[in-house]
Amino acid sequence: MSHDALKQVGAVEGYVPPEDALTAPWWAATREHRLLLQACETCGSRQHHPRHVCTSCGATSLGWTSSAGAGVLDAVTVVHRPPRPDLQAPYVVARVRLDDGPVLLSSVVGTGALGAAIGDRVALTWRDLSDGRALPVFELEED
Amino acid sequence: MTVAIVGAAECDLGVTGAGVLELQVQAVTRALADAGLSLADVDGLATNNVGRFSTNEVADQLGLRPAWVDSTFVGGSAFEAYVGRAVQAIEAGQAQVVVISYASNQRSARSRSLGGVLEEHLPMAQFETPYGPLYPLSFYAMAASAYLHRYGLGREHLAAVAVSAREWALRNPAAYRYGAGPLTVDEVLAAPVISSPLGSADCCLVTDGGGAIVLTSAERARDLRSAPVRVLGYGEATGHATMATPDDILDTGAAASGAAAFARAGLGPDDVDVAQVYDSFTITPLLSLEALGLAEPGQAGVLAAEGAFAPGGDRPLNTSGGGLSYCHPGQYGVLLLVEAVRQLRGECGDRQVAGAEVAVAHGTGGILSHHATVLLGVDR
Ligand SMILES: [Zn+2]
Repeated sequence: MSHDALKQVGAVEGYVPPEDALTAPWWAATREHRLLLQACETCGSRQHHPRHVCTSCGATSLGWTSSAGAGVLDAVTVVHRPPRPDLQAPYVVARVRLDDGPVLLSSVVGTGALGAAIGDRVALTWRDLSDGRALPVFELEED
Repeated sequence: MTVAIVGAAECDLGVTGAGVLELQVQAVTRALADAGLSLADVDGLATNNVGRFSTNEVADQLGLRPAWVDSTFVGGSAFEAYVGRAVQAIEAGQAQVVVISYASNQRSARSRSLGGVLEEHLPMAQFETPYGPLYPLSFYAMAASAYLHRYGLGREHLAAVAVSAREWALRNPAAYRYGAGPLTVDEVLAAPVISSPLGSADCCLVTDGGGAIVLTSAERARDLRSAPVRVLGYGEATGHATMATPDDILDTGAAASGAAAFARAGLGPDDVDVAQVYDSFTITPLLSLEALGLAEPGQAGVLAAEGAFAPGGDRPLNTSGGGLSYCHPGQYGVLLLVEAVRQLRGECGDRQVAGAEVAVAHGTGGILSHHATVLLGVDR
């Protein structure tokens, strides 16, 4: 994984804060390129980002389920003026509505990424961090 | 509702070279002078952005010992929320004279960051900041992308909001862009794109500035120097903190906030003569106007392009020139109230909306996170 490839998604080595007790399983799964969603043990709702409570039913007993990683773009922006000088613009920031339910903030990378549009189907891929964790990002599905 | 706004003023605006407490004192003392009141009359204070304990700091600076304070920090809409709480405090007898103030020297101090503030213990730091969104700009940009997509509109519909704001600013000597000359849709579209579909001309100014308003009972207001402006209604709504949380990015809390304000006032959107609606970005007032019922879904952009919000249009919007062309000191909400009061008093000169009797001031904070609506009217 090159430094330049990380820059494409707006992420930089060492910039992703460390996991905490709540998020450790989520980040551990990224090391194996698995995208976890939080799943409520009471009502079955799935949510992202991880929380200490289910926002659907209020239960505090929550587990994890794997996402199939397919979804559709819900909102898209191409950042041309990065918030940090170490980022290389332009790059895509988008909301991805997973077929599994929750919405994630992520990036669209790869062929045609800068032309990504709302309604486009996307599939999960990964950008590895130097500490062994990885960031989930998405590629446009070929039609 | 039995409370009125009796004083309103700006502090120095633009590039001031002043400190935040100096600007706070300007705002408060000018608003009190406008009301014909003095610091000794003030027993309620709402403000933020001075330090960790903002109301303590401002009370100390002014030599006040208020019996009621509020320093709620929710973004630029806090000041509309303070109006609702101030009405409650006055009606409950906890305070007699409340000052709501704000000041920032963000431009002089060069303290604004495009990325926002990283708070490592919060979910955004782990799950969103790594992707490099501008905060708050990229969220509004995504909302704009969804709005244009859903209703089949284009960037020119957003641009028309900036064009309209400039036309108002050309009539307001206090506006940062007063004297800058008119702005065209083509110029807005040609400005550098920051986070698509928003370009630099779709974004609010970064200036120093602020202001203050003074509230007291409607009964006492009738004995004071300026024509009272009645608080007719208020409402607020709080939602998300992260960019992924809203299920529908276009479904904002402004609908609930506006509905609560209209219900308290016993009024409807058709009763509004002049609207001051937070314009952090060109998309912001379009979403808010539709949520408030001042435009049909998908129609606010069309109305903007038709000139309905500009001088001479039938739905005058952001008559000061707004955050886009007048002043945007980090949190703009207090200045929405100042301009609404001036319109209802008929003090606005070249930009006066003839016969304005009911005004709405609607604030938006964070990333469409917090919404607060205030309805104001001439005292009858
Ligand atoms: Zn649940």
